[in-house]
Amino acid sequence: MALSLKELSKKEETFVSGHRLCAGCGAGTTFRQILMAAEDPVVMSVATGCLYVATATYPYTAWKCNWIHSAFENSAATISGIEAAYQSLKRQGKVTKTIKFIAVGGDGGTFDIGLQALSGALERGHKFLYVCYNNEAYMNTGIQRSGATPMGASTTTTPAGSASYGKPVFRKDLTGIVAAHNIPYLAQTTPAHWRDLMTKVKKALAADGPSFLNILSPCHRGWRNEMKDSINLARIAADTCYWPLYEVENGEYKLNYIPKEKKPITEWLKPQGRFKHIFAKGGNSAETGSTHRSGPNQELINKLQANVDKEWEKLLKKCNQGDKKPDLETVGT
Amino acid sequence: MTGNNAVSEAMRQINPDVVAAYPITPQTEAVEEFAEFVANGLVKTQYVPVESEHSSMSACIGSSAAGARTMTATSSAGFALMWEMLPIAAGLRTPVIMYVANRSLSAPLNIHCGHDDTMGGRDSGWIQIYSENAQEMYDNLIQAVRIGEDMDIRLPVMVSMDGFITTHSVERVDLLDDEAVRKFVGEFKAINSLLDVDNPVTIGACALQDYYTEHKRQHSEAIINSKAKILEVAEEFAKMSGRKYGLFESYKLDDAEYALVIINSAAGVAKMVVNELRAKGVKVGLLKPRIFRPFPAEEIKNALKHLKAIAVMDRVDAFGAGGTPTFTEVRSAMYGLPKQPLMINYIYGIGGRDIRLEDINKVFQKLFDVAKAGKVDKVFDYLTVRE
Repeated sequence: MALSLKELSKKEETFVSGHRLCAGCGAGTTFRQILMAAEDPVVMSVATGCLYVATATYPYTAWKCNWIHSAFENSAATISGIEAAYQSLKRQGKVTKTIKFIAVGGDGGTFDIGLQALSGALERGHKFLYVCYNNEAYMNTGIQRSGATPMGASTTTTPAGSASYGKPVFRKDLTGIVAAHNIPYLAQTTPAHWRDLMTKVKKALAADGPSFLNILSPCHRGWRNEMKDSINLARIAADTCYWPLYEVENGEYKLNYIPKEKKPITEWLKPQGRFKHIFAKGGNSAETGSTHRSGPNQELINKLQANVDKEWEKLLKKCNQGDKKPDLETVGT
Repeated sequence: MTGNNAVSEAMRQINPDVVAAYPITPQTEAVEEFAEFVANGLVKTQYVPVESEHSSMSACIGSSAAGARTMTATSSAGFALMWEMLPIAAGLRTPVIMYVANRSLSAPLNIHCGHDDTMGGRDSGWIQIYSENAQEMYDNLIQAVRIGEDMDIRLPVMVSMDGFITTHSVERVDLLDDEAVRKFVGEFKAINSLLDVDNPVTIGACALQDYYTEHKRQHSEAIINSKAKILEVAEEFAKMSGRKYGLFESYKLDDAEYALVIINSAAGVAKMVVNELRAKGVKVGLLKPRIFRPFPAEEIKNALKHLKAIAVMDRVDAFGAGGTPTFTEVRSAMYGLPKQPLMINYIYGIGGRDIRLEDINKVFQKLFDVAKAGKVDKVFDYLTVRE
């Protein structure tokens, strides 16, 4: 499954230019990679969100594949029906080609409102890939917190203020929730690691049953970073172990990337405006009520670091890799 | 057989490509029976046992857009949970066929009959057909396939009957031959199928100020035009079955002076009262709407305009509105006549409360009083209620 940029550059693109995504948006890069990795024709069901409104505003479309949007919380349920139609019509000999199915939701449409539809579709065993393009908040509606928003992030519904340091709780482990459905293939990745991402798409589409990718997709509007830094930020997320690249294939956990040097969480936090208040003078600790007139909210930084460390250790145990290094071949840099 | 049996038999004969459904009382029996047909290989259907009604309608939309003949069934709270997806099914012009067992909505929770569910979805852009008994339900469901899938219409159709009263009562139903139904419904013709990978299509693009209105206008035209198609299909169905349907049923209306307008099973009870009063020489009649969307306003006006007084009865409240759904439609249809019949509005039978002959009689007596007085003192009232 070796992927070369030279070969890829010759491939006809399915997600094409002319869409209205922001410059520096992770979603465009992510979906370009996803569709380049697909070998069979695909049918996509895309939930309401930035990706939808920016790529399919009538009478335009950026998609050269069959594509449907029906609502916000139901892209997994919609693809269930499409896949069922495929099974039925294929059995009747009315459809002969091999077709792959991809359902897409943002983190809001997946972690929160669409979780039930996703869970139902995974349990029923439809053969499809679900992609959560996770930019860690409801970015399309103006940066409100979601179940994927990290602790400490300032969003429009969890703003940092004199009595708040932003979102007061940790994000939920959606990849873990999906893993509990015992589906054949699931993984986490980022568009910064293109080879890893595309390899995972290939594996996911080849799986005999449902598959799932949780892709950390930078959003500079919500993360408040420099546009040009988006892909780099995705890389830092993996380097700090805040967003580990791993996969679960038939129940087997495997780390795909272990940073040479695990970077401190501050490297992930500092470039992002949504965490600015943590480092500001006069910052407030909601926990103790004390005011940090002299510097950053070290207490919160420690808490965030401790959580990353704890989750990383848990993952290492699940992957049971000991000293064995992951196959770095798969990770595009 | 029961009304639910009649539905599952019709579904077996229609033999859809995909059924996605979730169980809910009193619809359950129909999907259970259909699942048995699937399990025994009697149909070609791919059955999707979804985790909720929201997902059943979502899956139906996907399936229909993928070019498969698609059916589902629901009731009450399930219908309400689907609600967001109903205008989407209609707006995307997916001709999904849905059986609804009419049941009241919570709270308080009630599993029995009321028209809250389908009346709540009357403006979701679906074609709506109502059925008095199991025979009508069976016949309407088969016709619905042809109506919704017509190339000039392409709209979802819901066909309903009264929960428990009709769904669970045993009646005689004349079934058509499998082959006759198969021929009648024909093959589903896909347009812009999601599975036609050589001709990719984007379905459900967002349309803002610049195009939304045009989309809605086209949808509106299609549902208005469906009236003619409904009659055309009914005529063809009559040739095959000997059973005639129109936009509504007129019962002893031609020379009537007083009439009721009443939907579904209670029309049966009302017909008995009409017969009794007719035997006494009183000129009474009944109009039973079959198609509620599109609402055949002009035709109903013509059928009712000669009357002295009309009572429109609904199995649902409209809480603070100017009247219940059928009443506001009928009264609006009658507006502008040089001589308007006097009209009153009753709510009856909600939550499955029995409607008896004497209750209907009371309504007619009220109509006689209203006509005698030449005016309406109370437009809106509950029938059979503990005050």
